[in-house]
Amino acid sequence: MSYKGQPLFQDFNLELPAGLTSCLLGPSGVGKSSLLRVIAGLERGASGVVSRENRSPLTGKLAYMAQQDLLLPWLQLMDNVVLPDRLAGREVDMKRARRLLQLVGLDGHEAKLPSALSGGMRQRAALARTLYQDREVILMDEPFSSVDSITRLELQELTAELLRDRTVLLVTHDPFEALRIGHRLIVLAGQPVHIAEQVDLVQAPPRDIGSPEITSLHKQLIDSLRGVRQNLPAASLTS
Amino acid sequence: MKATQFGPKLRPLGILIGLLLLWQALVWVTGAPAYILPAPGQVGVVLLERWNSLAFHAGVTLVEILLGFLIGSLVGVFSALMIAIFQPLRSWLLPLLVMSQAIPVFALAPVLVLWLGYGMASKIAMASLIIFFPVTTSFHDGLQRTETGWLDLAQTCGASKWATFRHVRIPAALPALASGLRVAAAVAPIGAIIGEWVGSSAGLGHLMLNANARMQIDVMFAALTVLAALALLLYFLTDRFCRWLLPWSPEAGGNS
Repeated sequence: MSYKGQPLFQDFNLELPAGLTSCLLGPSGVGKSSLLRVIAGLERGASGVVSRENRSPLTGKLAYMAQQDLLLPWLQLMDNVVLPDRLAGREVDMKRARRLLQLVGLDGHEAKLPSALSGGMRQRAALARTLYQDREVILMDEPFSSVDSITRLELQELTAELLRDRTVLLVTHDPFEALRIGHRLIVLAGQPVHIAEQVDLVQAPPRDIGSPEITSLHKQLIDSLRGVRQNLPAASLTS
Repeated sequence: MKATQFGPKLRPLGILIGLLLLWQALVWVTGAPAYILPAPGQVGVVLLERWNSLAFHAGVTLVEILLGFLIGSLVGVFSALMIAIFQPLRSWLLPLLVMSQAIPVFALAPVLVLWLGYGMASKIAMASLIIFFPVTTSFHDGLQRTETGWLDLAQTCGASKWATFRHVRIPAALPALASGLRVAAAVAPIGAIIGEWVGSSAGLGHLMLNANARMQIDVMFAALTVLAALALLLYFLTDRFCRWLLPWSPEAGGNS
């Protein structure tokens, strides 16, 4: 995969701790979303291996949640949640779909069309659909960037809760979001893409807005992102 | 504002009355003789007097239009699906499609009448020919322009090509098909009337030609009025049907 003739990734290696949430940060255009799409198998012309620690492949074990909710406007919420099974030609499990909609706080809205819901509700429905897929690894590409900040906080808490014990890779441009729900924060720098910083957090997410770990890291993370953007050696980051 | 609340419902009636007044005014101002431009009242009288004959011919034309609409739409939907499913077929079928439209349908009418006779078949073929192109192109366009995010989602769900077609691409293309059908509904009467002009023994087009030859200009206008009403009704019903079928589409204008 290349951009303007320059290869975007070369000998790039990313390790995700199993059962934990890793957050990809970095200046826009560095290739965060591209990396996620490569991992999801959505980019042709990219070669790479996605595997578990024991080298068994992860193809077909990944779920992908994008910035847009990607709900099909002609399907009621329930049908949108079970869509992955319909697409894969499997038997649908309406009971589980109903339970998941309850879990994300959308009970009573099962028969509504997506257009009848607010942005936050739609993103929650998308979360229910992603959970319905029940995959080992969940890839999320700025899933909360299109909702207002209070809704975003709620969605972050809900996500941290519901995706506990799953391997999650979350691309975000918001260091604060990463600090709230990530176990591992990875700062990417470009040309070619490499890991500039990597930080593991101790406290279990979702972390409080005022938690000391967050406040102490927030400034440092922003400094690091600034440094990466200016192609300067990033300020060292400690946890 | 109050005016806008019942405005939309009364607007068609207002337009109709306005047009009739304009027509009448034109007759008064130009002083055109009745064999050039009959007054609306005169045409109204003919409409009532010759109601039976007009209804019979309108029925013939309506059947031609409807069957042409049905066949043309079905063929259009089918060819759009074929082109979209079998991509290699596309490079063969698309030029053929464009070529078929490069020949003016007017020019084909005599040949169709020669082959299919003076009856309804040639008119239905004519209407189908006119309709099938807008339906094919708009539906095909819709099938090609599926939102990439939905296709990504389908891919990560492990969907086969067929499942993606069935659950994502075809439903997503239905609003485009609907606009194709609206255009088809608007042009369908053209096909039927041209067919009738070239050679027929019944239908509004036939009636108009006959009336013209006998200088019954008021009858011509009456036939024209009935035809316009039929065309409007067909368009209106198609539009309503599409909106009802696709309540989620942006054209339906509804959020719920």
